[in-house]
Amino acid sequence: MAVSIDTVRQVKEVTEQTYKYGFVTDIEADTAPKGLSEDIVRFISAKKEEPEWLLDWRLKAYRHWLNMPEPAWANVTFPPIDYQDAYYYSAPKSSDGPKSLDEVDPELLRTYEKLGIPLREQEALAGVAVDAIFDSVSVATTFKGKLEKQGVIFCSMSEAIREHPELVRKYLGSVVPARDNKHACLNSAVFTDGSFVYLPKGVRCPMELSTYFRINAANTGQFERTLIIADAGSYVSYLEGCTAPMRDEVQLHAAVVELIALDDAEIKYSTVQNWYPGDKDGKGGIYNFVTKRGACRGRNSKISWTQVETGSAITWKYPSCILQGDNSVGEFYSVAITNNMQQADTGTKMIHIGKNTRSRIVSKGISAGRAQQTYRGLVRISAKAENARNHTQCDSLLIGDRCSAHTVPYIESKNRSAIVEHEATTSKISEDQLFYCRQRGLSQEDAVALVVNGFCREVLQQLPMEFAVEAQKLVGISLEGSVG
Amino acid sequence: MPDSAPVQSFVEQFDALRGELPGAALPWLCDLRAAGIERFASLGLPAPGVEAWKYTRLRPLETTDFLPATAHTVNIDHLPTLLPQGGIDHRVIFVNGRLMQCLAMPGERPEGVELGGLADALRRDPEAVGEHLGRIGAPDGQALLALNTAMMRDGLMLRVKRGVSVALPIEVVYVGAAGPQPLAFHPRNLIVLEPGSRATVVEHHIGLGAGAYFANSGTEIRIGEGAELHHYKIQDEGAEAVHVATQHVHLEANALYDAFTLTTGARLSRHEVSVRLTGPGAECHLNGAYMVRGKQHCDTTTTIEHMAPRTSCREIFKGVIDEQARAVFQGRIVIHRGAQQSNGHQLSKALLLSNRAEIDTKPELEIYADDVKCSHGATVGDLDRDALFYLRARGIPEAAARAILIEAFLADTINEVAAEGLCPALMASIGHWVSSATRRAAS
Amino acid sequence: MGYMLEIKNLHASVDGKAILKGIDLTIGPGEVHAIMGPNGSGKSTLAYVLTGREGYEVTEGQVLYQGRDLLAMSPEERAGEGVFLAFQYPVEIPGVPNTTFLKEALNAQRKHRGETPLDAMEFIKLIRRTIKDLGISDELLKRPVNVGFSGGEKKRNEILQMAILKPTLAVLDETDSGLDIDALKTVADGVNALRTPERSILVITHYQRLLDYIVPDRVHVLAQGRIARSGGKELALELERTGYAAFADAAA
Ligand SMILES: Nc1ncnc2c1ncn2[C@@H]1O[C@H](COP(=O)(O)OP(=O)(O)O)[C@@H](O)[C@H]1O
Ligand SMILES: [Mg+2]
Repeated sequence: MAVSIDTVRQVKEVTEQTYKYGFVTDIEADTAPKGLSEDIVRFISAKKEEPEWLLDWRLKAYRHWLNMPEPAWANVTFPPIDYQDAYYYSAPKSSDGPKSLDEVDPELLRTYEKLGIPLREQEALAGVAVDAIFDSVSVATTFKGKLEKQGVIFCSMSEAIREHPELVRKYLGSVVPARDNKHACLNSAVFTDGSFVYLPKGVRCPMELSTYFRINAANTGQFERTLIIADAGSYVSYLEGCTAPMRDEVQLHAAVVELIALDDAEIKYSTVQNWYPGDKDGKGGIYNFVTKRGACRGRNSKISWTQVETGSAITWKYPSCILQGDNSVGEFYSVAITNNMQQADTGTKMIHIGKNTRSRIVSKGISAGRAQQTYRGLVRISAKAENARNHTQCDSLLIGDRCSAHTVPYIESKNRSAIVEHEATTSKISEDQLFYCRQRGLSQEDAVALVVNGFCREVLQQLPMEFAVEAQKLVGISLEGSVG
Repeated sequence: MPDSAPVQSFVEQFDALRGELPGAALPWLCDLRAAGIERFASLGLPAPGVEAWKYTRLRPLETTDFLPATAHTVNIDHLPTLLPQGGIDHRVIFVNGRLMQCLAMPGERPEGVELGGLADALRRDPEAVGEHLGRIGAPDGQALLALNTAMMRDGLMLRVKRGVSVALPIEVVYVGAAGPQPLAFHPRNLIVLEPGSRATVVEHHIGLGAGAYFANSGTEIRIGEGAELHHYKIQDEGAEAVHVATQHVHLEANALYDAFTLTTGARLSRHEVSVRLTGPGAECHLNGAYMVRGKQHCDTTTTIEHMAPRTSCREIFKGVIDEQARAVFQGRIVIHRGAQQSNGHQLSKALLLSNRAEIDTKPELEIYADDVKCSHGATVGDLDRDALFYLRARGIPEAAARAILIEAFLADTINEVAAEGLCPALMASIGHWVSSATRRAAS
Repeated sequence: MGYMLEIKNLHASVDGKAILKGIDLTIGPGEVHAIMGPNGSGKSTLAYVLTGREGYEVTEGQVLYQGRDLLAMSPEERAGEGVFLAFQYPVEIPGVPNTTFLKEALNAQRKHRGETPLDAMEFIKLIRRTIKDLGISDELLKRPVNVGFSGGEKKRNEILQMAILKPTLAVLDETDSGLDIDALKTVADGVNALRTPERSILVITHYQRLLDYIVPDRVHVLAQGRIARSGGKELALELERTGYAAFADAAA
């Protein structure tokens, strides 16, 4: 697939602005009172007509959260978060839950169109079903009927709680316990919506599933919760995209994603994260504090994470795999780009428990401007993980002399038959390569975009086609103004 | 948080001894010691929550009362030397942290070399010592170095004057002589190489007797412009020993620090080195090998800071871990803003020989300058199966084949040692360990 | 029409060290000039100054390209205006497929000239035709730019780029070195195919072998940062016999 610089340019021409998703949708919203308390947790649960057990689960998480310390080990700095100065629930009004797309507020449909995500099924990208999450709630899920025929459940989390409580109760919090860390704990208390996917035994999902997250309301945190269960022998490829308006104040996004793969099942989870990064001086932007974890419970199961992280003021994110089943496979492919004042501390954990488990980590970090980026990864081989294998490659590219790039891998092995290999490099973008491109007629910015896309290729190739093109454009856009 | 009783016990020892420690009449030294004990008391023993001590817990210090070691003499005839006969220029011997004057055999010393014990130097020329002692490095967070600073009595004092080259290696033997009760001592070494000078120091740590002791050394090294220090350390402490060595090295422009460490001894050891490349063109080689078994725990923690342009470092550590032993390697390379055109390369390789052995590795790059080339690599695994099969296919029995491959794996690091006279002793040490590993596996 | 390239009293230095010390050279449209000279005489430096590489500082003199100040243009403007350099050491760009690179470069240049970009189909057609003529394998197109290419493959790849980009002034920096006779012929065919009355070519080499296939109008000897001698194509043959020793002495 070719890197399209033309599209980068078109995007630029259309917007004049580097962050093209910075607009605000003017829509009436149903909002909870500001601040966080047990009452707010009850309010959210009541709004969603949840069963008692779930309210209890939320309340337990909330009470635990109150006394939990913020994780302090990441290499990011920011002023303390005032949890009382935010709204924890915001839903577009009128939403009694649209029964079909015809009932969705046309303003919302227009918003998603502007974001490049047409929700009307006849116009939607062929072969991709979309769940659109607007602030706190799911506003539309496409292609539901077609999926139902195969027994695939793809719906909002709220609907899943109503319609499939037994599945939710069995798996919710089973991979990321409510008390896992402060951000996950907060999410457990106040999560408002998210996507739910269940693949029955032996079903290969006929299309890509996708969730598109959009933060619109001001001062609102987004706390979505995604749960994907792939039953024995099933396969699904799931895509996630995110944007938010440009606002001066910081907004918190604390999501939790749990994946469960049973025997011979495979889940491929791809993210293009382009939350508003704040302005050039670091004002505003999204704090992206996300806990993503997959459990390869079954034999021969596989979970693959691919992420392209270009947005957010601060990214704190470690999509991980717990390789429990024998012969299970975990993968993590990551491109992280930080520019201006962005900070990112991201990486993965591969926990090898089963025999013959394999994991592969490819991380490409690009730091420009005054940005600060850290790869942090853990590979743990437990004593029983006979013949486990891991290979890790971490490469960092620096553009300019005010940014930084750090690599912090932890490698722990207790099994003699396991083989773990880790390699990391850090270097600057090559002047020779840039000159070669410019001698052939490319502008400095296009040359940077091309060279960086080449640097990231191994990861970008993992993305489904629709996302790959978008991601390549983003690489160029994110680095704008990084070279003089 | 570990129990504060052991900390209290060291503080009490200090209070009891402070009047009789060397240099008690020197106000600056008393202040240095006081600041040290204060820092130690406030930091306490390193706890698992401290990132730098994530994988190492000083359990023996938490559970055993170590008393201050008193003066002690041993028979020199039994002390092995690592260097071929005639290859020794100077030999300095410390027993339980104190210089055994009578045992030192200083040979012909070139003009401009000051060599001896720190306690002596403090008596003879306190000013000259005060110029450097406690001033190299910034040991703020290091509790055990703070304790060393409070309790230090003696150690190596080496100063080489501008332009002077000491041709033959200086061998320094540190004997830990276990007594009926667990003993603690805190050797403090100071090595100052003035600009353009050159020296080779071989440290040999050995244990006598069966009991436990706590050797808590601190070393400060300053290498002036264009000077060169080759520094080799063989740690073969007693089986119950706790060996903690905290070392700070400061390099000026175009200076070279070339170090190699071989670790086989001690129940629990931590070799912690911080190197600062403060002048343009400074260079550092930090290499080593470790071989541990039984219930040994061996921790190698290094930090190399590039603080000036065109500085470079190369670091290779290889280890073999058998039985229930555990090894830790934490290596951090920092390239500070402005240290352009620097490069750093690090490699850590470990072989696990048993299903109960464990290795924890954390190689770290922290880069604040763009025009740099840095890399690290880490591997953990068993012997290469193909190589093993190849040897067996040629008729070599499996045990012997394994021994050959393990020896080759470790011997590779010895090639980095510049003092060639030392290589046979290092190879012998590796060979001895490997053959006994094979014997133990067979029985 | 006037000259294609006029170099007047060009002085340039690298890292503060003077390398070019007063070059005068004029190339007319349709002409092929050869520059020969010993290693380290400044041939590549001249090529880099003409294409605007960073770190090559012009301290004195002037370069006019089609009557305009070449030195005032950015590297990509020069490329867009038709100045092409076949690098002595082509650069590897990991992860960027050769075809992608070529397409981006061609369309950037077309855009510079106000032409519409070629779409994927047109481009593929163009490239297929060209590689067939040059005897370049399909597989080479898919691989990342120059990564893992042999020395000969890299040089052929430079010629492929030249054939696609169709420059007005092509500078070939030792494109012949390290090539076997077949590859040498390929390179020469590529260059000769480009020879038209509107295009000019500057061939840098230090063997006269290539000049058997690309017959130059003028030959110049660069020694110690100056054009030490100029002549017709027979000068190359003379140099082949006598070597460059005379020039080293003369300038010393
Ligand atoms: N980046 C550089 N820094 C310092 N000197 C350089 C650099 N590049 C080239 N030179 C020097 O400039 C001179 C001319 O080099 P070059 O133009 O490559 O010669 P040629 O191509 O004729 O062999 C040589 O002495 C070379 O060492
Ligand atoms: Mg040249």
